[in-house]
Amino acid sequence: MNGAERTSAQTHYKAARISFTPDGTLHCEGAWRLDYLAELERQIDLLPEIFAGPINCDARAIDTMDTGGAWLLRRTLNELQRRGCSVSLNGLSAEFATLMQTVARGWLQIEQLQPSPHYGWLARMGQFACASGVNLLKALSFVGETASAFCSLLTRSNQIRWRVLLYNLHVDGLNALPIIGLLSFLMGIVIAYQGSEQLKTFGANIFIVDLVGISLLREIAPLLTAILVAGRSGSAYTAQIGAMAVTEELDALRSLGISPISLLVIPRALALVIALPLLTVFANIVGVFGGMLIALSQLGVTFTEFLNRFEYAIVLRHYLVGIGKTPVFAAIIALVGCYQGFQVFGGVDSVGRRTTLSVVQAIFLVIVTDAFFSILFSWWRV
Amino acid sequence: MNVRSNAINPLHTVIEVRHIHTRFGAAVVHEDVSLTVNKGEVFAIAGGNGSGKSVLMREMILLQRPTAGDIEVFGKDVRTMSEAEVAALRRRCGVLFQYGALFSSLTVTENVAVPLREHTNLSRRLIEEIALLKIASTGFPMASVTKYPSELSGGMRRRAALARAMALDPELLYLDEPTSGLDPISAAGFDELIQQLREWFRLTIVIITHDLDSLWRIADRVAVLGNGKVLGIGSMSELSGSKNPLIHEYFYGPRGRAAKEQAWNQR
Repeated sequence: MNGAERTSAQTHYKAARISFTPDGTLHCEGAWRLDYLAELERQIDLLPEIFAGPINCDARAIDTMDTGGAWLLRRTLNELQRRGCSVSLNGLSAEFATLMQTVARGWLQIEQLQPSPHYGWLARMGQFACASGVNLLKALSFVGETASAFCSLLTRSNQIRWRVLLYNLHVDGLNALPIIGLLSFLMGIVIAYQGSEQLKTFGANIFIVDLVGISLLREIAPLLTAILVAGRSGSAYTAQIGAMAVTEELDALRSLGISPISLLVIPRALALVIALPLLTVFANIVGVFGGMLIALSQLGVTFTEFLNRFEYAIVLRHYLVGIGKTPVFAAIIALVGCYQGFQVFGGVDSVGRRTTLSVVQAIFLVIVTDAFFSILFSWWRV
Repeated sequence: MNVRSNAINPLHTVIEVRHIHTRFGAAVVHEDVSLTVNKGEVFAIAGGNGSGKSVLMREMILLQRPTAGDIEVFGKDVRTMSEAEVAALRRRCGVLFQYGALFSSLTVTENVAVPLREHTNLSRRLIEEIALLKIASTGFPMASVTKYPSELSGGMRRRAALARAMALDPELLYLDEPTSGLDPISAAGFDELIQQLREWFRLTIVIITHDLDSLWRIADRVAVLGNGKVLGIGSMSELSGSKNPLIHEYFYGPRGRAAKEQAWNQR
């Protein structure tokens, strides 16, 4: 049985070779198997250019052959035929002849294959612009859908999914406390430290309070918290909803008459709108505390002095401006996260791509909105 | 074909499973399972849901270790194989997973080209041509080779996955429920394809299935698993005469009878 020898691949075959003798014979020998084909293809490229006349392909010395080898032989012979040679294949063992037939059938199918159309840069630009427009419309319609679902919930508050809401408050609010606390504490230290170097030279030590207080309360703490939550919860929303889209769970919900928006989006968005301001308050407190520590150690401002000055220097509006922005940030993060989750289509790699997009877009939009708020507040002189 | 005489000859034995025990915690999956797969045959592993068919296959393809017992593939014990031997073995085996397991970020052609790109140093052109050739030989519609898996129907996905399993010209092909979830026409077409590929490429095929039509049509020998044991091994006609009540129920339930009649009518 020939196949039995073929199976025991431990027996090492001679490398495949091809050579041409001027009498019009193409000598093929060795193992025409995948391992040797790279070298064989190079040998074929180096064959002298043969343009006409009868060619006798002598395949007696081919020890073994797999599909790849058969393909390469077929390709070589077909190429010779195309150039006008009349080719005859001799001496190939019956086992490999059937393989050659299989390959020849495949050849016909592959030959008919149309190369995929190539688009020019103008067409690609048009496609890109069109897709961007469609995406924008889709995002708008998602926001609208969520808003209308939310409004209809306002009149029927018994339909709010309290369990899901509380669960998300726990996961996205409470569980985020340690990391947000740590980072805002460090942020307070960094700001105070950098400021203290400058203030010391002027002897304006006490103004460390203004520096730390205003920058943290107005800008740093809300922004830092929002960015962390975008990375932490926004990405999770996309991955959760996206995985549900892949496994058809979203379709199952729809078919059971449960709106995915009211079950998945509204509770998450509400939870984040509640949690983010609270997290920001926490970040404010811990950040200012970090600043107080540096003020004490670097500038000799005691806690009592610091807090007295704080009460006097930091007007309530700074605090309110900072906190007031956060529900908007929260809505952006939740909506972007959920929207990207719903956009998952097809396979798992789409989940990964959408999660990346969700975090990048959420952070981008948060910062743009923050800049927008800054302009707005400076107009209103608050 | 006299199976027993072949079993002695190591050249003809491709897989030898001896006294396998598998446990997951308290759950016993295999309790002394032994079987032999011979070269060139289509060996089917049948059995109800949860009878440990897929686990047995995962153990044969080195994705999982049995709790006790030996598995020899191509005459080598899989438990004592070196890393290089494992790599060599994997090159000689192709696996079609139940749901295809195509890489969703790659097109069909790219999927089939993955093993070629990883394991050979062929030119880009040759890799693409061989990949297309494999795709063509599985009867996959050639117009769809640039599509992504998510754009394919279940049957097309199965064929594409089969092309990927065949990419390196394996000698041993594992098929995990290849016809499950396919309509009867596609399933019959897939059975035919398996027969054809076996002739063209001289494959040894291990197939896990509970599709009785497939069993009658393509399996040379069938092992029926149940209660953690091999309830019976033999050709379908031998098994259908078995006295074992579990096997009897398996083959003579309402669906089994219909499949048998159909198989007889076709002969």
